[in-house]
Amino acid sequence: MESLTNTMHAVPLNHYILLSTIIFAIGVMGVLIRRNAIVIFMSVELMLNSVNLLLTAFSVYRGDATGQVFVFFIMALAAAEVAVGLAIIVMIYRNTNSIDINVLNRLKW
Amino acid sequence: MITFYFIAFLSIFFSILVISAKNPVHSILYLILTFFTFTIHYILLNAQFLAIVNFIVYMGAILVLFLYTLMLINLNKDSEPVKPFMVKLAGVVGGGILAVAIASSLKLLGTSNPVLLQNPDLGLVKNLGKVLFDEFLLPFEVSSVLLLSAMVGAVLLATKEKEPKAA
Repeated sequence: MESLTNTMHAVPLNHYILLSTIIFAIGVMGVLIRRNAIVIFMSVELMLNSVNLLLTAFSVYRGDATGQVFVFFIMALAAAEVAVGLAIIVMIYRNTNSIDINVLNRLKW
Repeated sequence: MITFYFIAFLSIFFSILVISAKNPVHSILYLILTFFTFTIHYILLNAQFLAIVNFIVYMGAILVLFLYTLMLINLNKDSEPVKPFMVKLAGVVGGGILAVAIASSLKLLGTSNPVLLQNPDLGLVKNLGKVLFDEFLLPFEVSSVLLLSAMVGAVLLATKEKEPKAA
């Protein structure tokens, strides 16, 4: 494990930020271009994970364990969110027989 | 060093596949691969606890939940209707602009130092447990309440309403 982390010693912090930015942007695109509610949910998960990775990178960069504890809390939050969200999707499917989000356009003002 | 760039390329590649796959089941399978590359990132950062938790919670629990939901609502009969091309283009351009904005503001930041692991046992369970149960004890307890309420809410939402009995 030590040799594995020694290989990391040259990666600049900027590259971690760039990677997280790109994956976050991919998640945003997924939310914008897909109509399947489950795929939109998965894009949200992608965004959450990119932020988790960035928090961990900063935590290692600063030598402070608080960032990793935050990631732990975000994971607990994501688990709760997924459980409630998927229950809502199942209920939507039961009522409208589809999970196309355009069926829900009455939620617009 | 080269490991990081290879894994980073794989993460981006699989996450693009997640949002572009036509079949939702394929999307979920690509998402599992994406999360696996994230686990490798955590191992490279020597955050061993997070690597294990990511592996178990995300790849094990959350994605199985997704697959179960997809199985409950039988989707394979009709494919998803696609959005018009202009809307897709607008979405991609919007996401791209977001990425470019953050990246260019990063440019203004100037130099960036390499990520060095100063304390080798930073991400180990012992160290994280000390921080978690010392400074973050109250948030930890509150998160247990959150999980309980989420569980109750999910059960309440997903159960079918019974027909009101005729008097």
